[in-house]
Amino acid sequence: MSFAHILDHDWQPLLLTFRLAAVTTLILLLIGIPLAYWVAYTRTRFKPLVETLVSMPLVLPPSVLGFYLLLAFSPQNAFGQWLEQWFHVRLVFSFAGLVIGSVIFSLPFMVHPVQSGFQALPYSLIEASRTLGKPDWYTLLRVLLPNIKPALLSGVVLSFAHTIGEFGVILMIGGNIPGVTKVASIAIYDEVESLNYAAANFYALVLFAVTFVILLTVYVSNKKWLKAGGG
Amino acid sequence: MIEFSLQHPLQGADGAIALDVRAELAAGTFAALFGPSGAGKTSVLRMLAGLLQPAQGRIAVNGVTWFDAARGINLPPQKRPIGFVFQDYALFPNLSVRQNIGYAVTAADAGWVDELLELTGLSALASRRPGQLSGGQKQRVALARAVARKPQLLLLDEPLSALDIRLRGELQDELLALHRRLGLTTLMVSHDLGEVFKLARQVLQIDAGRIAASGTPAEVFLKNRLSGQLNLHAQVLAVRREEVLHIVTLLLGTQILEVIASDEEAETLKPGDAVEFSARTMNPYLFRRR
Repeated sequence: MSFAHILDHDWQPLLLTFRLAAVTTLILLLIGIPLAYWVAYTRTRFKPLVETLVSMPLVLPPSVLGFYLLLAFSPQNAFGQWLEQWFHVRLVFSFAGLVIGSVIFSLPFMVHPVQSGFQALPYSLIEASRTLGKPDWYTLLRVLLPNIKPALLSGVVLSFAHTIGEFGVILMIGGNIPGVTKVASIAIYDEVESLNYAAANFYALVLFAVTFVILLTVYVSNKKWLKAGGG
Repeated sequence: MIEFSLQHPLQGADGAIALDVRAELAAGTFAALFGPSGAGKTSVLRMLAGLLQPAQGRIAVNGVTWFDAARGINLPPQKRPIGFVFQDYALFPNLSVRQNIGYAVTAADAGWVDELLELTGLSALASRRPGQLSGGQKQRVALARAVARKPQLLLLDEPLSALDIRLRGELQDELLALHRRLGLTTLMVSHDLGEVFKLARQVLQIDAGRIAASGTPAEVFLKNRLSGQLNLHAQVLAVRREEVLHIVTLLLGTQILEVIASDEEAETLKPGDAVEFSARTMNPYLFRRR
């Protein structure tokens, strides 16, 4: 493949994939850290229920999740109708819908490593900070998060990589609209369907290379972190 | 002046015990909570700190109520002017020694952090992380961090138990010096008799959730002082008959000792029995150990 040849390809599905993965990971950081913190330290009896719900996407076929999201988002149903009336958004077959689906689908990949990170820290760190007069949010930012950097990195990378590899949910709720919902994994399927193997190979190769480099970076930097004493 | 009365059900190693303690500590004193493990010592400390909520009771420090179950008052740990040294030190691994000590100190008080570093001999280690410190150094950082906020009550949870005996002695001296210098009302949990005797001016001996004895170390530990009577707990290892008398083998601490027993005494003893070893030693020999 020459350089000019590479530029000839339609990069849109790839760019859309990475945009989706980046937005999803950012949102997951914002909701995953508080959720992981809550699950790690709560003593409510509803904890197993929440843990189960968070873990469901690990075992559920993506098409099941996609099917119910499709029903929920559809303007023919109450929730979709309410969204459209009050916020003028239609989540089905839209980028915003993909983001919501991806966030739900990749939730365990952010919550689990971060939760394990919190649980591996001695609880006396939080208690010590309390006896020193600091509120828990301050402890979270100043002490807990800086001490679980490897877990945070794992969460970010796994969520990002998992969103890149998503297929079933997107096919169900996003369909195949170029520039809106046609991400690389869908594009590969699409090209193979129309026997366009060269284009499929291009998308597949780029995804393969990118995920390989991302994961390699994580393992190399994690090793350095551990050597430096975890901080 | 610190007064507390605490009632709380506890799950100990030997089943459930009902913690019920009340005591008063004079301002500026060094008090020790002494007793076997599982007696509820650490729980009392955690209740005073606000880390554990007692079922019933009251805590008042210098006229301010920190906890009162009847009136529904329970100040969170953040609102209680305390310093707490944890058994595992609980130093923040991502912060330097200076940052750990200065964690609760406002930026305007940086000079005070320097003073504490100096006082605890940590100045040269100020930029190190806790992971790069020895056990004794970590202990000093934990102590400096706990006193940095100039608390009204300093709580120490077996602060020296993780250290070897020589270092422990050294740090006991330092702890005493720091206490004299800052005059902080201090309550230390310990099951080390020597440590309590050396450091504390007031002892609360706690057993199975209740205060069994309280007073000065001499009052609590030297009940028979100057009588010359030596009373020790011993365990019978063996009883054997020899000619006209019995020889009883005893375990006293780590020493094994043989004593003579009469027929009547020997009849009631069997190996494994716990006995009171009592001897009259009006004028014992004392040798300096090296």
